[in-house]
This record gives sequence, structure tokens and C-alpha cells, in this order.
Amino acid sequence: MIKRSFIGLAKPRLEYELLEDIQPELVRVPTAKKVTLFLDSPFDPYIKRENDLLKIGDKVKTGQKLQLTGDSGAYVISTVTGTISSITSFISDLGRKQTAISIEAATEEAIDETFANQSKQPGIKNLLAFLEGAPGNPNLKFFSGTEKTIGTIAILGADKDLLPVTNQYFVKSKTDAIKSGIRVLKELTGVANIVIVVPQSLMQAAGATGVQVKVVDSQYPAALPLMVMKDVLGQVVPAGKTCEDLGVCFLSAEAVASIGSAYESGQLPISKTFTLIKKDGGKILVSARIGTSVKDVFDACNIAVKDNDRIIFGGIMTGSSAYSEELPVKSDTDAIIIQDSEEIPLTTDYPCINCGDCIRICPANMPVNMLVRLLEASQYEEAVDNYDLDSCVECGLCSYVCVSRIPIFQYIRMAKKELARIKTAEATNE
Amino acid sequence: MSNQKKFIVSHAPFWLDGSRISIRSYNLMIAALPALLFGIAQYGMPAIGVITLAISSAIIWEYLWDVITKQAVTIGDGNAAVIGLLFGMLLPATAPWWFVIIGTFIAVIIGKQIYGGIGANAFNPVLVAIAILMLSWKYVFNFDGMLLNYDFNFLAVYPLAALKHFGVSGIESFNMGDLLMGQQIGGIGTGFGLGLIIGGAYLIIRGYIRWEISASFIVGMFITAMLFNLSDSARFAGPLVHLFTGYTLIGIFFLATEDSSSPVNFIPMLIYGAGAGVLTVLIRNIGVYVDGVVFAILAMNLVSPLLDMIRPKAIGKVV
Repeated sequence: MIKRSFIGLAKPRLEYELLEDIQPELVRVPTAKKVTLFLDSPFDPYIKRENDLLKIGDKVKTGQKLQLTGDSGAYVISTVTGTISSITSFISDLGRKQTAISIEAATEEAIDETFANQSKQPGIKNLLAFLEGAPGNPNLKFFSGTEKTIGTIAILGADKDLLPVTNQYFVKSKTDAIKSGIRVLKELTGVANIVIVVPQSLMQAAGATGVQVKVVDSQYPAALPLMVMKDVLGQVVPAGKTCEDLGVCFLSAEAVASIGSAYESGQLPISKTFTLIKKDGGKILVSARIGTSVKDVFDACNIAVKDNDRIIFGGIMTGSSAYSEELPVKSDTDAIIIQDSEEIPLTTDYPCINCGDCIRICPANMPVNMLVRLLEASQYEEAVDNYDLDSCVECGLCSYVCVSRIPIFQYIRMAKKELARIKTAEATNE
Repeated sequence: MSNQKKFIVSHAPFWLDGSRISIRSYNLMIAALPALLFGIAQYGMPAIGVITLAISSAIIWEYLWDVITKQAVTIGDGNAAVIGLLFGMLLPATAPWWFVIIGTFIAVIIGKQIYGGIGANAFNPVLVAIAILMLSWKYVFNFDGMLLNYDFNFLAVYPLAALKHFGVSGIESFNMGDLLMGQQIGGIGTGFGLGLIIGGAYLIIRGYIRWEISASFIVGMFITAMLFNLSDSARFAGPLVHLFTGYTLIGIFFLATEDSSSPVNFIPMLIYGAGAGVLTVLIRNIGVYVDGVVFAILAMNLVSPLLDMIRPKAIGKVV
């Protein structure tokens, strides 16, 4: 944990970890006995499900596309060969409803050939139909419409959050895969303008990909997409809009590499690479099949966890903590961090004392001190109208510096989610 | 399920920078120590009595409030102790015991708790108490009268009162170095200018108070005092006299910078500080009160929420 420095006059500086410091040696987790995959659509166990495409007991192959119902369009790619053992409802972060599909792995592996056959045909359809949940979680839905809305693809070769080095690893050691990924993207999406955004130290490696290289600052939160838009690409995203509204689509380096290797080899990538950060701060890069439980990852890396430790998916500033070792690695899990029970700082319900530290550190110039008062009272609309809630870049620095240890960042996330819910509710009523 | 490990689940970010309110309060108290110790050395046991009574009664009032209103006990954050300490530092060493206890009651209960506790008070609690007491028991703040029985090796005249009643000629015997080194009478912790400056510098470097407020306070005060002095140098004293006497330095570093009653954005902080500086000199020079710091800061506390509306444009804001 980085503590407040003795001299508190200057703002704290949080520097991104750079890849150079650690050995990029990949630990491969062996195929687990059971994997759990998440399908991004709700599952209601109480209705009759006769038309479902999947049932418990179905045999699936590695690389097979799994869909629960034909109409929702949501799918996952099976990462093992085996039998479906359960299909249940799962509530993900911030109440997102998903379907959890567990597959018991068989000893013999068989590869599904559908993608290999179809990938030879041209067109964006295959990309969308098979690679949305690929390792790195490519954000492909913006290419699905008939209208061309995306004018620029920005490949993020830096890591968004503080401790992971996953994307940097891909830029450094999977340059060929990224290169072919860029070729595929150019061909299939028709987007000509592709840039790669990397930290200073990876400029040379990124240059080998043949697209324009932009350098991002090494101080957090410079590599968050909204900050990259402002500081690197020179376009300020208006409050409440997204990068995609301005025609820029962010893809992680890993996602591009996944796309590249999928089209190169004809096999869907099924292993997610992530940074595993141990209690002592030591890092290892790990590759595991999507759906492998955290427990299996820990076993493979000889890591012991005990009660009251904290397991974090994603980065230290913006990730989410896990309540169970059974939770699986997902396609967007860039890091798994383990914190020792003694190093966990707890938040409080103390009121804001108006010290102004959050105001000074906020990269978006938001009036955080006013915002927190409104959000504590659930006055979300007022917060958006008068106190710039929409401008938040979601970096978490306000909570990091808070003297009262208020979970401001969580309040902001909840408010945004709640507002989105109100908005859709209003839209459907009309 | 029973053999499953139980993990701590909480929300991002998973690092905090380690600051907390109690640490902030302790640092404020440490910063006040140089001036306080000098005051105790100067005024002896009665000063210790006033300070300890002020701190303990402030804590007790807050504790009683927490118990009566059935809330979590908040005295551990040190805020009540800070209020008690600063309140005691503003009093003359001979203030009677009941006066101290009433004062801390006003500060903690009326100044802070009825607004909703820490962070919710619109005015600096210490100054609310001092202002009410000043209006109710005027004689306690007549330092010349209260400290009559002391025998000092310097001129035992409250400089600001002398200035008010006799003009600049009344304070001719003071030199700036002596004033800075505490060779003057006044509140227990307000006389030793150098100690307050050291404490203030410590707080600014540690980031516990906002330098913008202190700096602009000094600038606002200097310019106004200088203009008055230039217009009539027989009636109005120069800026350094104003800076080193009365409650000015403790006001600049400890009172005006109170978190909840001061603005947090850059330009508002400058206006707030400068406004307090200007008002202080105006009240001292053409108002009826001997010292203007208390009412100047309270007046600026009043406009602080309004000032804080001047804020930088959030990124991506269209309007």
C-alpha cells in the first residue's frame, strides 16, 4: 500500500507499474476439472425452459459456441471439452444478472471446428459471432450496426489500473499476434485509423506493429480510456457520452492479439493471461483457461490464502473483490490481487469533513465534496444536473485520499448505475 | 459450504493513503504546541488550568451529546479536543472555570453538534463560542483588566486596545521583534507569533491546512492595513503590527483554515482568505471592537458555501 507521504502539500503520485521490472515468464495453469462460464443474459430458473439450446448433461467441445436461447444473442465459447453440470442464475458486480454455466471437463479434449470452417469466409459477422468474449474482452458490439460509427480503433497497450502488467506483456511478447489482429480488424471493420497507446518504455515494441504509436503518461489515471481520449488523442469526451459516441473504440492489446491468433490459427483462443499479484507484492504472469476457478489458479501457483484475506479481480483502484475462491477467471480479468488480512484498510461511515483533498486530486475537476453529500442522500438527479456526476472518469482517487474514508467511488458507481436504471425504466414506460 | 474460506469483500479502491481524521486532529494539536507551551511558561499554572479544563470539558460535552442522542461515540476522532484546545488558547489565563465550561458547551454543542457533527458546521465552532462569550461577558476579553495581577518584564498592555484608544502613539514602545517573540499580553496561545508561524508552516507542509487561505489572509490584511496606514499614519498602525498582535496569527493558521467552514476550491479559498484579512483590519480600524479576527472569519464562514460555487469546469462539461 502506498501511504500518504510526510509532506502532504503535494498531491500523491501513483505511478503505473512497468513491465521491465519483472520477468515475463508465463505460468500455465493446467486445465481445471470444472470451469464456470458467464453468459451475459439473465436466467430465470422458475420458468419452463423447453426451447433452451443448452441442458444439463449436454456434451460440449472446446471452442464450441454456447447459447442458452437463440433470441438473446448472448453466447460464450466453451473453454473445455466436457459435460454441462449446472446452469444457474448469477448476480455479478452492481447487480448485473448473468447465467453461470458450469462444465465438468472430460479427460480427452476435442476441438470444435465451426469457427475454423467459417473464419475463411469474409465479413464482420464471424468476428462478432465468435470473438466477443475472447480473452481481453474485445468491445466489438459497436461494429455490429450497418452504419459506420467508429472511425478510430485505439489499442490500449498500457494497463488501465495500477498493478497489472498484462497488456504491456502482450505488446512486448505477442507483437506478431497483435499485428495480425490489426490486419484482421482493418479488413473486417473497414476502420483505417488504428493507433496503439503504450507507455514510453514500450514504444519500440509497439512500433513493430506498423500502426501509429502514441505514448501515455506513467502517472495514474492517465491510461483510463477517458483520460487517453483527452490527453493523448486530444478529444474531450462530453459529460455523459462515451468514447464510442465520438467514434473511438478502445480495444486492449490482449483482445487484438486474441483476434489475431484466432484468425491465424483457425482456433478460438480460450486462455486468459493475467497478472497475479501475491501478498508480498510479487508478480507472476499466469495463463489459465477462462472459467478456471481462482482456487485452481492458486493451487497451480502454490499460493495459500486464509480467512479474512481479500481477493481482487482487476486492478487495485477499480477492481472488485471476490467472496469465494470458486469464482472463475473471466475474459476481462486482467489481474488477480491477493491482499493479506492485515493490510486491508476499511472504509467508514464518517461524514465528509470538507478537507478538499478529493477536489485537488480529481482528474475531472468534479466538486466531489458536494457530490458525496448528495449521493449519501441518494439525490442522484441533482448530482447529475448540478454537480457534474457525468464527468467522472471512474479512477477511484477520491476514495483513495479521503480522510473520512468514505467509499465515494462506490457511491458514484452506484449512482451511475441507478441513473441508468431510471433512464431505461422511463424509456420503457413511454 | 462450511469449509469455504471467508474473504473480506469491499469496494474499490483497495488501497487508501492512510490518512484519517484522528491523525489530522493530533497533528493540529502538535502544531499548536509551540505557542501553547510558550503561553504556559508565560502565565503559569492558571494557563494550564484553563487549557486542560477546556480540552476535557469539550470532550465531555461531545461524549454527553453522543450518549444522549444515542449515536456512536465520536470523541476518538480528536475533533472535540482540537476545539477545546484552540478555544482555551484564545482565552486569558485568568478566565474563570465556569466561563471555560460554558464556552466549550457553546463550541461543541451549539457550534458543531446541532448542525450534525463534524463536517457539517457552517461556522468555526471555536469562533462561535468566542463571539457569543465576547458579547455576553465583555470583561473577560479585556486582557488588560484580566491580566492585571501578573508582573511581566515587558509593557503589560494589550497592544490592540492601546492602538484603539490612543492611536499609533499608544504602541510606540513595542518593537516588532518583541511582538513576534511573544513579549505582549493576550490569550494563552495567541501571543507567541513565531510559535504560531512554525505550527502553521508545519501544517501547511504536511497538507493538513490549505496554504491558499493562510497566504491570502496575510496578503489581504497587509494591503488593507498598508492603505489605512498611508492615509493616516498617526491613527492607523502599519501592517506588521496588525499581523503580530491579537488573534491574527492563530486566526490565519488555525481558525480560518477550519475544514468544514472554509471553501475548498482554489479561487474561493483566495477570496475567503483575503476577505477575512480585509475585514479584520476594517473592524480593528473603523469598527467598535478591539480585535476583528473573530467576526471577520465568522463573516467569511457565512459566505463560504456561496464562494465555493466558483469552481473549475469539470472535464467534458458542455454548458
